[in-house]
Amino acid sequence: MEWVIEAHNLSRLFGELRAVDKLDLQVERGIIFGFLGPNGCGKSTTIRMFTGLLTPSEGEVTVLGLELPGQAEALRTRIGYMTQKFSLFDDLTVSENFKFIAQIYGIRGKRVRAKIDEQLNTYGLSQLAGQMAGTMSGGEKQRLALAAATIHEPELLFLDEPTSAVDPENRREFWEKLFDLSYQGTSILVSTHYMDEAERCHQLAILQEGKKRVDGAPEELMRKMGANVVEVSGPDLRQVKQQLIKRPEILSAAQLGARLRVLISDRIEKPTAWLEQHLPPENLDELQVVRPSLEDVFVSCTGARAQ
Amino acid sequence: MSGLSRVGAITFRELRQLRRDRLTFGMVVMIPLIQLLLFRFAINTNIRHVPVGLVNLSNSAFSQILVESIRATQVVDFQYHFLSIQEAENAITRGDVRAALVLPHDLSRRMSRHPLIAREVGLPTKDELHRALGQWLVDGSDTMIASAISRLTNMPLEDGRGILTQAAMNTFEVVYYFNPEQRSVVNILPGLIAVILTMTMILFTSAAIVREKERGNMELLITTPLRSIELMIGKIIPYVVIGLIQLTIVLSLGYLVFNVPIRGAISDIFLASLLFICASLTLGLIISTIARSQLQSMQMTFFILLPSILLSGFMFPYEGMPVLAQWIAEALPATHFMRMIRAIVLRGDELFDIGGDALWLVGFTIVGLLIASVRFKKRLD
Repeated sequence: MEWVIEAHNLSRLFGELRAVDKLDLQVERGIIFGFLGPNGCGKSTTIRMFTGLLTPSEGEVTVLGLELPGQAEALRTRIGYMTQKFSLFDDLTVSENFKFIAQIYGIRGKRVRAKIDEQLNTYGLSQLAGQMAGTMSGGEKQRLALAAATIHEPELLFLDEPTSAVDPENRREFWEKLFDLSYQGTSILVSTHYMDEAERCHQLAILQEGKKRVDGAPEELMRKMGANVVEVSGPDLRQVKQQLIKRPEILSAAQLGARLRVLISDRIEKPTAWLEQHLPPENLDELQVVRPSLEDVFVSCTGARAQ
Repeated sequence: MSGLSRVGAITFRELRQLRRDRLTFGMVVMIPLIQLLLFRFAINTNIRHVPVGLVNLSNSAFSQILVESIRATQVVDFQYHFLSIQEAENAITRGDVRAALVLPHDLSRRMSRHPLIAREVGLPTKDELHRALGQWLVDGSDTMIASAISRLTNMPLEDGRGILTQAAMNTFEVVYYFNPEQRSVVNILPGLIAVILTMTMILFTSAAIVREKERGNMELLITTPLRSIELMIGKIIPYVVIGLIQLTIVLSLGYLVFNVPIRGAISDIFLASLLFICASLTLGLIISTIARSQLQSMQMTFFILLPSILLSGFMFPYEGMPVLAQWIAEALPATHFMRMIRAIVLRGDELFDIGGDALWLVGFTIVGLLIASVRFKKRLD
């Protein structure tokens, strides 16, 4: 298997704070790899170390076979990076932004015009070619940023929370574009705090407080979660939740409308029987074992009881 | 080659953004215009019409003649008449007048015994030799006003019969080269070029890199193959053009409107200015790599600007400064340019003759560019 990113024991300290803590990670070529985690879990810091913008405090990292931070300059033309905050120029038009980025990446002569047209078409920005970037909507800015980050056809693309300022419709379209790029052979590393986005990734790592909790394919993570999911319906769910949450076997209990979604440690072999035994029968209308979601995985491995 | 095209990309982007920034663009033209007009019309080192009072204890015909001849110099305006010295002192304290002239009751006698007049009626006594006709009470806190009035101490006298007497024989004659009429605008104009360029050039580039940091563009730029020296040079070029535009405005206004003679070659003026513009822009870039916000870069710009105006020789002659101040002045590009531009514009010197200052500016630019590029790390940590 060919790795585009290999990190061993990678740490980054900001003073006393360990933003990233002994991270081991390998990312396969050609896939979409997701970083899932809450704000402040070290996703951006990790991406910045992978792009050579931050020097690791400890550990080694190799990206596209180049050791960082030493060979960062050689890496520049081979990677694309879409920053969390919009970082193109507000007071330039869409075309002018493309032109600038193309020239910076050493695209010359007639190829500049051709490349701009290609990006305008691919990302549906032709109508907006003459508009100032600063006056565009969140979704348009995001498409512009992705188009600019891929103008030099990088092998590896880093996206730092690309959809945080975008509505669901635009997010779906955005992911279509990512799969197009992936299909064309681009390896992609994307960070997110949305479960549905993480579920789209080929591979996934869940980060919390700078540490990697688990990694693997989403289905695999759900399968190996180490807990069963039971949905309880009945009266007085708030009280049921209070009772359940006290027991060490329960990893979490979250209400979804008229149901309570309960994560029970897989040390309990028969979760429904265990629940019937531990809950008053008048509170139990129905018990149902359901398929785990990524959110369940996230809760089970990041919660206070995960360790 | 791709390095060149990256420099070009930065330059064109900078120019494009500048063109859209109407206010900044307007300032490029307005700053030299307004400064030039201010220095020409509002700021005058030939002081006139200072408001003063008169305490005339003599009330003789001669006192009237004396007051009239003082008024004729236009240095002072007699706006008040006081009856006593006490009243005059109070008026000075209040700020109603900047000075008061006291003419004693024995004015006529003093006049007749004045050494220049008394020769006809017999030699004055030793005591009388040192007796002035009157006394000026001056608000000495403003040294400019004080020295203007102190020039009146030796004014020529009229003896009442229409005959002018010179106060004293001149020891020397003076011939004024290059500015025979002693117009202050002649000396100020080339200096003003230096001040305006220092101000706008440092300010433009000192904000240049911090602004990109603040707007978030920097994180994008540093992930590209752009080298720091390319970024620095690309940022400087557009402002070189602006600096030359400002130079043209000041020079042509000075020449056409204020009749300031331009004795040196125009090409020398532009070449010297080009060197200075590059040095100032580089200085701004260094500031920009140190500052963390645009406010900080602004403060650092003023930190450089003040000594550049005060120590460069624009306001006070370099030769008269204490040695320490001269050392500081030597470190400022403005001092070297002030010498060059005055030499070329006013005295018709050639750039080759003042090569030392020119070389210094070249060296400053190269070293400065290197410092700025090294200081600017393509890193976030």
